[in-house]
Amino acid sequence: MKRLKQLFWISEDSRRNAPLTSKKKINRFAALLNLLLVTALWVALFWFSLRAIHVQLDFAFLGQFRIRIWDGFLVTLGLSVCSLILSLIIGILSAAGQSSPLLFIRFFCSVYVKFIRGTPLIMQIYLFFYIVGTAWGVNNRFVAGVLILSIFEGAYIAEIIRGSLLSLDESQLEAARSVGFTRRQTWRFVILPQMIARTLPALTGQFASIIKDSSLLSIIAVIELTQAMREISAVNFRLFECYLFLGILYLCLTLPISLISERLERRFQYES
Amino acid sequence: MKVEFQNLSKQYESGRIILKPMDFADDVHTLAVIGPSGGGKSTLLRIIGGLIAPTTGKLWVNSEEIEQNESSLQQYRRKIGFVFQQGGLFRHMNAHDNIAVPLEQVHGFSRTEASGRAMELLERFGLKDDWKKKPAALSGGQQQRVAIARAIAAKPGLLLLDEPTSALDPEYTTEVLDVIQELKEDGLHFIIVTHEMGFARHACDKAAFLCEGSLMEYGESAQLFGQPETEQLQRFLGKLLEWNL
Ligand SMILES: Nc1ncnc2c1ncn2[C@@H]1O[C@H](COP(=O)(O)OP(=O)(O)OP(=O)(O)O)[C@@H](O)[C@H]1O
Ligand SMILES: [Mg+2]
Repeated sequence: MKRLKQLFWISEDSRRNAPLTSKKKINRFAALLNLLLVTALWVALFWFSLRAIHVQLDFAFLGQFRIRIWDGFLVTLGLSVCSLILSLIIGILSAAGQSSPLLFIRFFCSVYVKFIRGTPLIMQIYLFFYIVGTAWGVNNRFVAGVLILSIFEGAYIAEIIRGSLLSLDESQLEAARSVGFTRRQTWRFVILPQMIARTLPALTGQFASIIKDSSLLSIIAVIELTQAMREISAVNFRLFECYLFLGILYLCLTLPISLISERLERRFQYES
Repeated sequence: MKVEFQNLSKQYESGRIILKPMDFADDVHTLAVIGPSGGGKSTLLRIIGGLIAPTTGKLWVNSEEIEQNESSLQQYRRKIGFVFQQGGLFRHMNAHDNIAVPLEQVHGFSRTEASGRAMELLERFGLKDDWKKKPAALSGGQQQRVAIARAIAAKPGLLLLDEPTSALDPEYTTEVLDVIQELKEDGLHFIIVTHEMGFARHACDKAAFLCEGSLMEYGESAQLFGQPETEQLQRFLGKLLEWNL
């Protein structure tokens, strides 16, 4: 009975401080067994749902579209990486701007952050596509997409960075002064390392969000992964296969990232 | 080290006066600053350490005036060691780096010199095996010994300690006070804010009593503890005795 319980029940102390992915304290066999059960449940759920509407899964057609899918995958990757870089820059600047001594800059940045965080991405895409695309004359949809996505994600990154700046301990800055560090040295040896430790896990998580959010750019006809799949499904009506496969492709990108993020989080937990 | 100040006072923006204007001049060897909580002891020590600026008044150390601008303060802080009550170590650095990085970056040691000096001090304070640990992995007493090691690593002319033991359990308190006593025997000069009256009385040759923002009494420790003059000090010491064995 106790053995059986051990297979399904996590002990008190490993529950307290371990995320599920740290297998160290969870019995290997129990982990495998439970993972298998979970997978079986999901597969069964899908299978019954599809049967109820008489869909028979057939992925064979994907082969003939592999070039379009691969191209879309690369565009998504490119969009995400470019947006990550640009949104990091925007995020850092607007986080710094929000603590600027100049009231104008401070308000400018916080209005930007509040507006972006308070409105849906899809509305921003339509709105900014007219501004960026039509008024600023950016005709390249990829560039427009990167700009729009970066403006959106930049606001979230700004909040991540601002939060970690706020949580910076005054006593650490005083210690830096007491050992004789200059302002520059304080930034280099104290503030930046501590902020990076604190923001890196969240920033990595944000990268996964960027990848997912880039799918909405399909509405302005950027032919990234989602748009490619939409086009394919529009000709052969294999909606289930297309979207299921689409989900798998996104997971191929986001799952490793969230694993890295969790690992970073655990590593820095003990440091700061 | 000769410490001197005139008309020194501190008032925060809220308008509250923390330190009333005070004068002081003496050659400081080992000085204990005592007094009730909130009396302004930390504030005074921070001003002497060049960490905060006084509202009025001037400060001289070794007959040199301490100018309140950032670059000369930086110069000044390099000649002083500071130990905080707690949390003064850099959290993201291990014990070794906490000592070695300032030596290398601030005092111009080479990497090997800095590292050698750090290990020498860690060994001396019984922390040789813990050099790799970050502060969070050290006990409170070990953290304070690292903090002291960092503060004296560059051989400062004066060491300032702000209640270095008040966050510690009694057994750790002793190990930290022993370290300070040992440094005293090496001829290090220090000012310590402390609630350890035994240490203030027996290990420090001078003592100052700070209460409600005024420097009420100053003199030989034996004198100050033996014959307190002001009513405030008598009451303060009386209170402390209440729970003694
Ligand atoms: N940055 C600040 N702004 C406003 N008031 C402050 C600030 N720092 C300290 N104070 C106030 O100054 C007073 C004296 O503080 P200080 O820390 O110097 O006292 P203390 O004698 O060291 O007390 P303790 O024994 O509790 O450490 C306290 O009442 C405190 O609230
Ligand atoms: Mg204090």
